[in-house]
This record gives sequence, C-alpha cells and structure tokens, in this order.
Amino acid sequence: MTGIVLVSHSGLIVQGLAELLKEIAKDVPLTTAGGLETGDIGTTFDRIEAAVNANPADTLYVFYDLGSAKMNCEMVQETADKTIYLSGAAMIEGAFVAATLISAGAEQSVIDGQLKPLHVK
Amino acid sequence: MDLTLARQWMDAFFEDLKAHKDYLSELDNPIGDGDHGINMARGATAAQEALTQSPPETLNGLFKTIAMSLLSKVGGASGPLYGSVFLAFAKASLDQDTLDDKTLSQLFIDGKDALMNRGKATKGEKTMVDVWIPFSERFNQDPLTKEDVDAMVLATKPLKATKGRAAYLGDRSIGHIDPGSMSSGYLFKTFLNVRDHS
Repeated sequence: MTGIVLVSHSGLIVQGLAELLKEIAKDVPLTTAGGLETGDIGTTFDRIEAAVNANPADTLYVFYDLGSAKMNCEMVQETADKTIYLSGAAMIEGAFVAATLISAGAEQSVIDGQLKPLHVK
Repeated sequence: MDLTLARQWMDAFFEDLKAHKDYLSELDNPIGDGDHGINMARGATAAQEALTQSPPETLNGLFKTIAMSLLSKVGGASGPLYGSVFLAFAKASLDQDTLDDKTLSQLFIDGKDALMNRGKATKGEKTMVDVWIPFSERFNQDPLTKEDVDAMVLATKPLKATKGRAAYLGDRSIGHIDPGSMSSGYLFKTFLNVRDHS
C-alpha cells in the first residue's frame, strides 16, 4: 500500500493541505507532521518519524516545505523501515498529483514521471 | 578527556547557548528567521534534562543522548545539523573511555564531515562548515586558542551566503556573522576551556 506524508514548518499548512487531499483521494493513507509539539514553527525528526510510523502504508511519498524540513526528512528516510520517496516537488502541487495517481492505482514510474516537472528544490 | 570532562564540556556549551540566546537570535535576524538562539536554547535545555534524567555511563551514550535531544527539540535547520554532528561524535567515541588527542581530532573531522553531508554544504557558503573546516584542520597542528576560534567565526562576516535561507538574500548577507558559526564557536571555545583547565 502506498501513502502520503506531509511535512511543514506550520501545523496549519499541513492541516489545510490534508483537507484538500481528502477531497480528491479519501482512500489514500495520509499522515502529517506540521510545526513543533509546542505549537511553534519548525520541524523535528521525532514528529516526522511519528507521522511515518502512524501511516498504515509501507511505501510513502513524503512532501515537505523548506530546507530544514528536508534534512529531518532525510534522517527519517535513512533510519525508517518503510520505503520512503522524499519528493522535491512543490508541496501542494506534488502532493495533489501523487494523491490523485495513488488513488487511481497508478504505477510508481507514472507517479514519479508526473512529479518530475514539479521539482523546485 | 574522560566522561566527566566531556560532560563538563557539554554543560558549558549548553550554558553558553542559553546565556547567548538573544544574541544568537539577533545574529539570525538580518540573514535568517531570527530563531537560532531560541531553537538552540530549547535544544540545550532538553539535552540537559535528558542527561539529568538518565545520566549516560559512556562517552558514546553522552553524545547519543545529546544528538537525540537536539533532533527532537531544536526545530530549525540546526536540529538535524547538530544532531548529525553529535551522532558522529557518538560513533567516533564508541567503546572509548577517554578521548586522546588523536581521537579528539577524528571527532572534529567526523563532525565536520557529518555536517557537510547533512547540509550538502561546502567551504565558503557562509555556514557552520566555515568554522568546522579550519578548526578540525588546525586542531592537530596548532595549539588553538579562544582567540583563534573568534577569528574563525568573524571570518564568516564578509562571506556571501549561497546556502540555507540566507542565500535568498544574496549580497545582503555580506557583513553579518553567521549565527550557526557563532554557536559552533561556543562549542569549540568551551572545549578549549575545559581541556586547558583540567
């Protein structure tokens, strides 16, 4: 099963994006890590790892917003048991495309092909 | 340097981070998002709490506990960066009761490499790497002083940032000390202080 994890410095960003994705792909396993546990802005390894573990899928596309989120995502990717594709696509567009295609049962090569032109980082 | 001294070093570093919290954030204001001091102080407090709650019995355990605390609490780019540094320290001190000069030199080299790998940074981009490279290279050659470290930190001032958030500012990043280099400077200076007074 393939799922999506959203990572942002802001809890409101992932909350809003998750709402958007649920409109088009209710069946795709989706978990989020937004902001710090204190409610402050930022990302941490622990919260991303928790979102990865909480997702019922064993293959995950991870979308993130900014640079420090990327480094934390990479550390989770290196230590997690799941297969993680860390996408450098623009977060909203990338997650939207992936959710649509995963929901439609598209193959990984198709998803990757559609994400490629959206890469911004 | 044994576990007791290493613990003193780390505590001195954390106290420095907390004492200079506002100054570090002030340095981060013009070229970053102004939270380096707050982030590092939060990490320092978390690390000290973790060390008090379950005091590590080995050097490896000391550095690992610190790495995990910083990873889980810092919240900015310095979380994964310093987290990777201390994970490298933990690895370099595995099965060691004391750190001799050779191991210490390796510790700083491994820390520098971890930093460069994690941040995909190279020399001259106005990042922490710009103090880690000279410190780790000169550690074995010169008897380094606090003044040397200050000079390394100050040398980031004229650089133009090409990495991290400061890179968005281009030429406007010139003339500001890199906040991450300043906090790394505290790590090096507290090290020299503990070593020279033991």
